[in-house]
Amino acid sequence: MSARTVLHHADISRALTRIAHEILESNRGAEDLVLLGIPTRGVTLARRLALVISEIAQTPVPSGALDVTLFRDDLSKHPTRSPHPTEIPAGGIDGKTVVLVDDVLFSGRSIRAALDALQSIGRPSIVRLAILIDRGHRELPIRPDFIGKNIPSSRQERVNVRLIENDGAEEVTIEA
Amino acid sequence: MRHLLDTKNLDRATALRILDVAEDMADTQSREVKKLPTLRGKTVVNLFFEDSTRTRISFEAAAKRLSADVINFAAKGSSVSKGESLKDTAQTLEAIGADAVVVRHPSSGAPQTLATSGWISAGVVNAGDGTHEHPTQALLDAYTIRKRRFGADSRGRDLSGIRVVIVGDVLHSRVARSNVWLLSTLGAEVTLVSPPTLVPQNVSLWPAKVVYDLDQALADGPDAVMMLRIQLERMNAAYFPTEREYSRRWGLDALRVAGLPDGSIVMHPGPMNRGLEISSEAADSARSTVLEQVTNGVSIRMAVLYLLLAGERDNERGGDL
Repeated sequence: MSARTVLHHADISRALTRIAHEILESNRGAEDLVLLGIPTRGVTLARRLALVISEIAQTPVPSGALDVTLFRDDLSKHPTRSPHPTEIPAGGIDGKTVVLVDDVLFSGRSIRAALDALQSIGRPSIVRLAILIDRGHRELPIRPDFIGKNIPSSRQERVNVRLIENDGAEEVTIEA
Repeated sequence: MRHLLDTKNLDRATALRILDVAEDMADTQSREVKKLPTLRGKTVVNLFFEDSTRTRISFEAAAKRLSADVINFAAKGSSVSKGESLKDTAQTLEAIGADAVVVRHPSSGAPQTLATSGWISAGVVNAGDGTHEHPTQALLDAYTIRKRRFGADSRGRDLSGIRVVIVGDVLHSRVARSNVWLLSTLGAEVTLVSPPTLVPQNVSLWPAKVVYDLDQALADGPDAVMMLRIQLERMNAAYFPTEREYSRRWGLDALRVAGLPDGSIVMHPGPMNRGLEISSEAADSARSTVLEQVTNGVSIRMAVLYLLLAGERDNERGGDL
């Protein structure tokens, strides 16, 4: 099992800082921004991005978690998954600009499920997608608005994102 | 999870998984849109050979909130009254394409038979069989106790050190049996209080203490007092002299409720015989969790149906959740 590291600790921080600036630029400021991470690592990334953005913009930006398990269309193709808690910031999402955050974008099915899950909670005015790693192989017409890094991979390879908060290490590796 | 037949054989990890998934299900029920697409295309049959209000409605609500199709079957008014056997009824459901069968039956072991006989391939959920078990009731009771104790911090926790007193007709109660097994698996201490005539013979094999005096059991300050319904329909002998005497010695009245420590709760699986095992003051007091239990029941049944139906089908019985 050969794994090579494609992003190191510093690369991940730089990517997040850049994404934070891009989000602020496209939103023309931090107003009405809500960052929602998709469990588990997306939640960590959303929390970090929200911190970086609030430091740059000097205003607090709320972040939360959006679980998509119950909205997936591929549940019957895998062993039963346990749902994760969904945490919506106190201000809700109605009329807000919601940025969905996930670690790896692959088939796009999680994001489709996330859009359905959002709909059951409220009606944001804009929904955007920020992703740390885009590895291609989309099965649905979904594309990210903010990308940490494009990593062309084969379907057989595994892309592992490890974050300090979840895994005690900070790196992105690709495994053959 | 392939079937849910009892709590006696439910291990701690599986029980906690059901309770934790129920937390997530409960969260979705406070949203603007309560309906989830999770079980779209699945069919759940409620097969009820015995009367029920809340259990059947609760399973129906749970299945519908998850977008499953629900077929309700009551033995009354069906071909069962023409003498159709359980096997033929079950195979009819199989032919209709049921993915899960929720069964209530007056005979202990009927769900087990359905699950293991090979008549049907659907998952089986026991919704109460004779005097055997009623696992989803015990799960919702455990969930209610945990929620009242730990609030939003409930996930992953068991009931270690929590003391529960179960009072009343233990002999005929499948709710008591399921609770004794589940609560002790989760680490709670269970005390049964009952007239000697309503204590089952094999009770010494249960992980529970037996006391005959209600006031003595309440004096220890339990965290939860669970009142059982006096099942008049199953009473074919004189188990106690009069209802008034039962009510005086084993009924939960306002005075007994007032003596309970702060934070302890009064539970009843319903339907209640007000004035017999529980007084109206006790049933309607702030300690009473009767309606919470009903609400939590929907979350628990959503969790059970989800764990039974959502994932890849494993064909081993009692396979991994």
